[in-house]
Amino acid sequence: MTTTRDNGLLADHTNLAAALPGAGAPWLDALRADGAKRFAGLGLPTRKDEAWKYTDLSALARSRFAPCCGAAPAPRSPEIPAPLVADGPQAVFINGRFDAELSTLGGAPEGVTALPLAQAMTQEPKLLESYLGRVAELGRKPLVALNTAWLADGFVLHLAGGVTLTRPIELVFWGDACAGDDRSAWHPRHLIVLDPSARATVVERHIGRPGGHFANSVTEIAVAAGAALRHYRMQDEPGDAAHIATTEVVLSAGAAYEGFVLSTGAALARNQIAVTLQGEGATASVNGAYMGRASQITDTTTLIDHAAPGCTSSQTYKGVLDERSRGVFQGRIVVRKDAQKSDGHQSNRAILLSDRAEIDAKPELEIYADDVKCGHGATAGELDDDALFYLRARGIPEHEARGLLIDAFIDGAIGEITHETVREAFRQRAEAWRQGGAA
Amino acid sequence: MNILSIKNLHATVDGKEILKGIDLEIGAGEIHAIMGPNGSGKSTLSYTLAGREGYEVTQGEVLYKGQDLLALLPEERAQAGIFLAFQYPVEIPGVPTVTFLKQAMNSVRKARGEKELDAFEFKKLMDARLKELNIVNDMVRRPLNAGFSGGEKKRMEVLQMALLAPTLAILDETDSGLDIDAMKVVAEGVNALRGADRSMLVITHYQRLLDYIVPDHVHVLAGGRIVRSGDKSLALELEEKGYADIATAAA
Amino acid sequence: MAIAQATIDSVGEATDKYKYGFVTEIEMDRAPRGLSEDTVRFISAKKGEPEWLLEWRLKAYRHWLTMTEPTWAKVGYPPIDYQDSYYYSAPKSDADRPKSLDEIDPKLLETYEKLGISLKEQEFLAGVRNVAIDAVFDSVSVATTFKDRLEKDGIIFCSISEAVKKHPELVKKYIGSVVPYSDNFFATLNSAVFTDGSFCYIPKGVRCPMELSTYFRINASETGQFERTLIIADEGSYVSYLEGCTAPQRDENQLHAAVVELIALDDAEIKYSTVQNWYPGDEEGKGGIYNFVTKRGVCEKRAKISWTQVETGSAITWKYPSCILKGDDSVGEFFSIAITNNRQQADTGTKMLHIGKNTRSRIIAKGISAGRSQSTYRGQVRINAMAQGARNYTQCDSLLIGDKCGAHTVPYIESKNRSARVEHEATTSKVSDDQLFYCRQRGIPQEDALTLIVNGFCREVLQELPMEFAVEAQKLVGISLEGSVG
Repeated sequence: MTTTRDNGLLADHTNLAAALPGAGAPWLDALRADGAKRFAGLGLPTRKDEAWKYTDLSALARSRFAPCCGAAPAPRSPEIPAPLVADGPQAVFINGRFDAELSTLGGAPEGVTALPLAQAMTQEPKLLESYLGRVAELGRKPLVALNTAWLADGFVLHLAGGVTLTRPIELVFWGDACAGDDRSAWHPRHLIVLDPSARATVVERHIGRPGGHFANSVTEIAVAAGAALRHYRMQDEPGDAAHIATTEVVLSAGAAYEGFVLSTGAALARNQIAVTLQGEGATASVNGAYMGRASQITDTTTLIDHAAPGCTSSQTYKGVLDERSRGVFQGRIVVRKDAQKSDGHQSNRAILLSDRAEIDAKPELEIYADDVKCGHGATAGELDDDALFYLRARGIPEHEARGLLIDAFIDGAIGEITHETVREAFRQRAEAWRQGGAA
Repeated sequence: MNILSIKNLHATVDGKEILKGIDLEIGAGEIHAIMGPNGSGKSTLSYTLAGREGYEVTQGEVLYKGQDLLALLPEERAQAGIFLAFQYPVEIPGVPTVTFLKQAMNSVRKARGEKELDAFEFKKLMDARLKELNIVNDMVRRPLNAGFSGGEKKRMEVLQMALLAPTLAILDETDSGLDIDAMKVVAEGVNALRGADRSMLVITHYQRLLDYIVPDHVHVLAGGRIVRSGDKSLALELEEKGYADIATAAA
Repeated sequence: MAIAQATIDSVGEATDKYKYGFVTEIEMDRAPRGLSEDTVRFISAKKGEPEWLLEWRLKAYRHWLTMTEPTWAKVGYPPIDYQDSYYYSAPKSDADRPKSLDEIDPKLLETYEKLGISLKEQEFLAGVRNVAIDAVFDSVSVATTFKDRLEKDGIIFCSISEAVKKHPELVKKYIGSVVPYSDNFFATLNSAVFTDGSFCYIPKGVRCPMELSTYFRINASETGQFERTLIIADEGSYVSYLEGCTAPQRDENQLHAAVVELIALDDAEIKYSTVQNWYPGDEEGKGGIYNFVTKRGVCEKRAKISWTQVETGSAITWKYPSCILKGDDSVGEFFSIAITNNRQQADTGTKMLHIGKNTRSRIIAKGISAGRSQSTYRGQVRINAMAQGARNYTQCDSLLIGDKCGAHTVPYIESKNRSARVEHEATTSKVSDDQLFYCRQRGIPQEDALTLIVNGFCREVLQELPMEFAVEAQKLVGISLEGSVG
C-alpha cells in the first residue's frame, strides 16, 4: 500500500497547510499533520486491499496532481441549477471552496448554524474540535487521511435540540478544474450535527465541466437521540472526473438516518457509507441507485454497524449498467456481540444492458449476537424478457418498453426516498440518464 | 379431586401483570369455556398453563391432578397429559409432519413408561386417526405446518390431540382465522375426542364456536380476572349484550 | 431455561461425546521429523515413485518455500511450525503392502470396526451395504475392498500410490490438472508431501454399480495427513463417492491438508459427499485437527459435479469445494452443512466458475454455530464474459444457538455476462423460541426439539446425501449440538 509514488496529492503539505484556513489552531494543525502522515504511510489503496478488490485506483495513482492550492477559482462561469425546492437555501461550492456570491443561504433560523467550514473555523471552533476527525476516525483509511490533510472548506450544519428545518438545505458542488496539464484535486469536508430531536434534510448535487478533477469528500454526521436526518446525494460529475465520497454517520438512541445516493456521473465514483447504530432503537435506511455507461466504474461500499440492541437497518440498491461500465457493490452488516434484537436487511439488484458491462457484488454479514434477523439478497441479470414481450405485444416499441422497465426497476430504489419533491427530482434525473443513451 | 385447580393465579409478561387472580376448577370430563375481549388475558392463561418462557407466575398456585403444575418443564406438562392447541400453530420448515408426530408420540410414551412405537406401529395408529378425522395422508408428508392453510393448521392441531390423547386439552382461540365451514370441521374433530376422562378448556372470543363445542361451564375473563361464571346460556347473553356491559356490571 | 444460559452451563459436555477419540497402538514407520527436500525424497522413495513424480513434488516444494500462509479466512490460530511435524507415518506391518485383506494387521481391521466400518468384503456381500471402501490410515491406504468386482466394469479404484505404479499414464495426465502444484499454500504443500489417497477411474459410459468410499483416519501423533484424491469420470459415466474422516482425541493440533481433484469429462457425473468428523478439540479449544483442504472439479460438456458436505469436526475448517464449469451446459452443485460448537472455527464455502455457455450452478449452505464457535460461509460465483445463459442460485442460511458464537456470510458475486442470471440470498437468525416451545408442548424434550429443528433447517442438504449416510449425518447433527442447550 505504500507504493504510491509521489503524484502531487500530498505535495508541499507542510508549507501549504500553514496557509490553509484556521491554521495555527493547535488541534487543527495536529489533525492535518496526522492526516498527512497517515496518507504518506498508506498511499492510495490498491486492489490488494480487500476493501478495494474491485475498484482500481491505479489510474488515479499514475496521474499528476497540481499542488493543492488555496482557492481555485473556476476559469469559466459555473452553471448553477435552481434549488430542487423552490426558493430553498442553497450553498454553492466551486472546486471545493464555498462561493458566497452564488449561494443563497439567507439568515439561519434560531438554533441553526449553517455556514462554510472555513468560516466555522473562526466562528464555531469548539463544535469543529469536538467532531472533526472523531466521527470519521482516521484509522487505516487512506482517503479520509488525505482529505484530513487538506481539510479547508466544506459545509457545517448544526441544529440545536428540538429544532426542525422545514426546507431542505441544498449543497451544490461545481467542479471545473483549473487549466494546466496536471489534474486538480479537492477535499471538501462536511459536518452535520443534530442535537436531540432535531430534524433536517440535506440535498447534495455534484456537477461540473470535464477537466479530470478528483473530488475526495468526507462527511461526518452525528445524530443525537431522537433526531432525524435525511441526506440525499445526486452524483452527476462530468465523465472524466473521479469522485470518492466518504460518509460516516453515528446514530444515538432512537435516532434515524435516511440516505440516498443516485450515482450517474464520473469516470470513477465510489460512495462509501458507514453508519454506526450506537444507541438503542436507532434506525438507518441507506439506499441508492447507480447507473453507468461508457467505461464508468461506480462503486458503492456500505458498512452498517449494529453496535447497540434493538436497532433496525435496511438497504435497497439498484444498478443499471450499460456499455463497458462496471458496478461494484460491497455491503457489510455487522451485528456486535450484545446488539440483540437487531434487524438488518440489504438488497442489491443489478441489470446488465450490454454484453460488456459487469457487476461485482460482495454483500457481507458478520453476526456476533444470536437474537437477530438479518439477511441480504443480491441478483444480477438482464431485463425481464417476459415483461418486455408483454409490453411489446401491447404495441409499445421495444426501446420504449425497455425504458419503462428500466425506470420501473430503478424506481424500486428511488421509491425509498421519503421527501416527495426530492424523490420526484431524483426520478427525473434517472429517467434523463436513461434517455441520454441507447438502452 | 379436580383435574385442574387454579387458585389466585397472578402472572406477568415483560414485567406487566396480565393475570390478576384467576380462580378456576375443572373436573374430569368437563368442558369449560373462557370468553373475553381482546387483551383480557385469555392467551396469557393458556401459555402460563403450558409453561411458556416469559410468562412469570408471581402469585397463586395451579394443581394438576393434585400436583404442582408450575414446577414442571413445558415438555413434562405435555407428557403429563396437558395439550395446548395453539392459536397460531408454528411452522417448522424441513421437518416432515410425520417425523414430528412420531417423535412427540414416543417422547410422551417414553415419559409415561410405555413402549415406544416403531415406524410400522406408529403408521397404523396415525392412519386410523387420519381416517377418523378425515385428513388426507398428503398433509403429514409435508413439513410441519409449513404452507398449511389456516384450516389445515387447526386440523393438524386436532390430529395431534387425537394422537397424544391428553387429559386436559386447552383450545386457544381455535376458531380464529377460520370460516364457518372450516370451524365446523374442527369442532367435529374436537367433539369426537370428548370423553369422561378428558377435560377441555375452550378459549374463545366469539360465541359461535360454542354452538358447535357445547360447554358445561362458561366463564368471562376481563382485566385478568374471571368476572362471571355460568352455564352455556351465559355465552348467548354475552353475544347479545357484548363484553362491555358484563365487564362493567361485574366490576 | 434460556438457551444462552444453558449453553454456558453445559457447553463442556459436548466434547466428551466425541466417539472416535481412541488411539490405536500400532508400530509405525516414520519419516524423520520436519520438512526439507530430503523429506520429499524420502516419501517418494518409500513409495517407489517414478522420477517425474519426484520432480513434480520437488517443484512444488521449492515453490512452497516462496509462498506465505493465507490470512484472509476468518479463522485464528497460533503459527504452525511446519518443521515440528512428521510428514510420513505408516503402519510398520504394512511396509510391504498386503496382497489381500487377510494380510492386514488385525489391529487395523479392529480400528475400522470400531469406527463402524468393516473392511471384510463378505459382510458387504451379505448385503449390509453396497459400498466399496478405500481405508487410509495415517499416511497410507491400508485396504481397498471390492476391487475385483469393480474391475469387471473396468473401474479402477485403488490407492493413489498403487495407481502411480499401475496406471501412471492416467495419473500423469490428470494430477495437478485441476489443482496445479502452485495453486495455494496448502495445496502446494500437499503436492510436495502427499502420502496417499484414493484414485478412481470410471470408463466411458459406465455407471459405477456401488458407492465408492474412502475412510480417512489420522492415528499417529504429531503427524500431518496429506492425502490426495483423484477421480476421473470418463465420458458419460457416473460415480457417487463418499469420504469420512475421524481422528483420535489429542491435546495437540494436527494438520490435515488434502487435495481432491475431480475430472468429469463430457456427459459424466460425479457426486462427491463428505462427512467430516475430525476431532474438533475440547471445549476450551485445546487440540483438534486443522483442516485445510483444496477440493476442485472440472466439468466438460454437459457434465455435472455435485459436492455435498457435512462438516461437524475439526478445530479449524478451511475448505471451498469448487467447480470449474468449463464445458457448455455443465452443472455444478454445492450442498453444505457446517456445524461448529465450543471453540471450533469454520470458514467454508465454494467457488463456481462459469466459463461455458448455459452452465448452471446451485449453492445451498446451512451454517449452525453454537458455543463460542465462529462459522463463515465464503463463496464465489463468477460468470465469465462468454458464459451466455449461465444461471446461479445461492441460498445461505445461518442459525445461531447462544449469544457467544458468530455466523458470517461473505459471498463474492461477479457477472460479466448480460444474459446470465445470478441470485443470492442469505439469512441469519436464531433458533426460534416459538418452534422450540411448540415442540416441547408436544412432549419433546428441549435438546431433542433442537436437533429436530436443526435437522429440518438442514433438510435440503441432508436429502442430497446417499440414503444410509443421511441417517448417520442426522445423528451427527444431534451429537455435534449436544450440550448447546440445557
